[in-house]
Amino acid sequence: MSRIPLPYSQKVIDLFRNPKNQGRMEKPTVTAVAGNPACGDMITFYMKINDQEIIEKITFESYGCAANIATASIVTEMIKGLILKDTWKELTWKKVAEEVGGLPSVKFHCGILAVGAVKRAIRKYYQQKGLIPSWIPQKLTFEEKQALEEEELAEKLSKK
Amino acid sequence: MVENVKELIKAHEGIKHEVYLDNENSTIVPTEIIEKMLPYYNKQAYGNPTLTHKPGWEAFETIMDSAQKIAKFIGAKILEEITFTPGATEANNLALMGSVFSKKDSGKKIVISEIEPIDVLHVSDMLKKFGFSTIKIPVDNEGFINLEKLKEAVDKETVLVSIAAVNNEIGTIQPVKEAVKIVKDKNPDTLFHTEASDAYGRVRLDVRDLNVDMATINSYKILGPRGIGALYTKEELKIERIIEGQIGTQKLWPGIENTPLIVGFTKASELTFKDFESNIDHIKRLRDRLMKGIFENLSEVKLNGSKNDKRAPDNLNISILRCEGEALTIELSLRGVYVSSGSACSRRLLQPSHVLVAIGRKFSEAHGSILMKTTRLHTKEDITYVLEELPIAVNRIRGIVGSTGVD
Repeated sequence: MSRIPLPYSQKVIDLFRNPKNQGRMEKPTVTAVAGNPACGDMITFYMKINDQEIIEKITFESYGCAANIATASIVTEMIKGLILKDTWKELTWKKVAEEVGGLPSVKFHCGILAVGAVKRAIRKYYQQKGLIPSWIPQKLTFEEKQALEEEELAEKLSKK
Repeated sequence: MVENVKELIKAHEGIKHEVYLDNENSTIVPTEIIEKMLPYYNKQAYGNPTLTHKPGWEAFETIMDSAQKIAKFIGAKILEEITFTPGATEANNLALMGSVFSKKDSGKKIVISEIEPIDVLHVSDMLKKFGFSTIKIPVDNEGFINLEKLKEAVDKETVLVSIAAVNNEIGTIQPVKEAVKIVKDKNPDTLFHTEASDAYGRVRLDVRDLNVDMATINSYKILGPRGIGALYTKEELKIERIIEGQIGTQKLWPGIENTPLIVGFTKASELTFKDFESNIDHIKRLRDRLMKGIFENLSEVKLNGSKNDKRAPDNLNISILRCEGEALTIELSLRGVYVSSGSACSRRLLQPSHVLVAIGRKFSEAHGSILMKTTRLHTKEDITYVLEELPIAVNRIRGIVGSTGVD
């Protein structure tokens, strides 16, 4: 085991300094949160979804490190204007990590959490409609599961 | 990866002013100290202190003279009680392992506090492999050890108690003298070690008055060079060496002594103790100014540690709620203010500082903690600058947090 200072990419620092699509949204179609303050890592996405199931507008709020802020910000740019089905299929934490110029391995979970939050939002959107399309599996996806595990672990440790 | 770091450093171009407050983790070494060290590399005393020639004798004389001075600063009786080590980590390893190995026939129990520095925690964990068990004494919400629990914990089997004189994270000054008395009353054979790196040069530290058997001190915590520390071991105390090699002038630590670093450590000590009272006064005044300014300018802030005079004069540890610590350290760094945060990221979760958890801070409070230590090199202008930049940085981070980070 060793420790090094976090070698964040230029892109992570740029997004940390100037995050895009940041802030709360009035009357979003759907909101989803992943992580919690005990994790030290928490993201909220606000989405406006139109009748064609396109993400018309997306904003975020984030409590976390520079990687958390940067990944949340890049995700908003990556999926804005996309149709929900494509978002679900194409958005992976690896792509998010690539888009921010790579993440230090201890920060992979930030990308995972951001994608987990998006998938939660999409799932919630269809649950609210009461009509879950066949391309959304009943079982949680990797990122959703990871987000849940992180939340539960932090919850458990902080109560010790 | 290194390319990224080069870019990160470049991102700091154009900083107006720089204030280094991360003196817990490393310090600036004043030029005066470096200049004192330099001749020992190539002008004088550059020989091996165990050898019979002029540069060797000079080195021997220099090291003994340094040990004598440091012995005096901590109230030790003779210079042989000082062992220079390559840092406090090594001194703590020597203290813990060397003492329990030498007493393994008398018992296998170690007692430490819940808020000991990482060195002590890790060594005591490692000693499990050798059959030793450790009891951790709890602390109250200001970090003071529970003396009742200490009394209960020590028994005939206890070979060692290790309690830091001043906590490195929250600056709590422990009642070491009382603790030693409690321990010795219950078992006179139990050895008492204190990690005193954060006490040395900040509070009165007199090893004979405290009646400790061993004490660790560290050069870089008093603006000396890194890579040198010392362990005080009471005259009559026999502990084991923990590493083997060519025996030098010191019984407990083999290898060739690093004369220039020893000189730097000694010079740093002299400068610290030369105007001790006024140095402390200066450090404390700046720390208090910083603390007051933070509480006046920021909402949702909590002080970690003691509010009263049982707090090291240089230490300021605060939790800034709804503001994650790592993000804040980066934001501050980009503004020329260098501090550290109490939480460190592991693969899955942010690990809160064990000290902050022990004093009852919630995880979310620990995650927003920053640690700052003032030194005699800081000026009033430095503190003014920090007080200008900190609220801007916190407000920017809190702006991104919005309503998300509420526990």
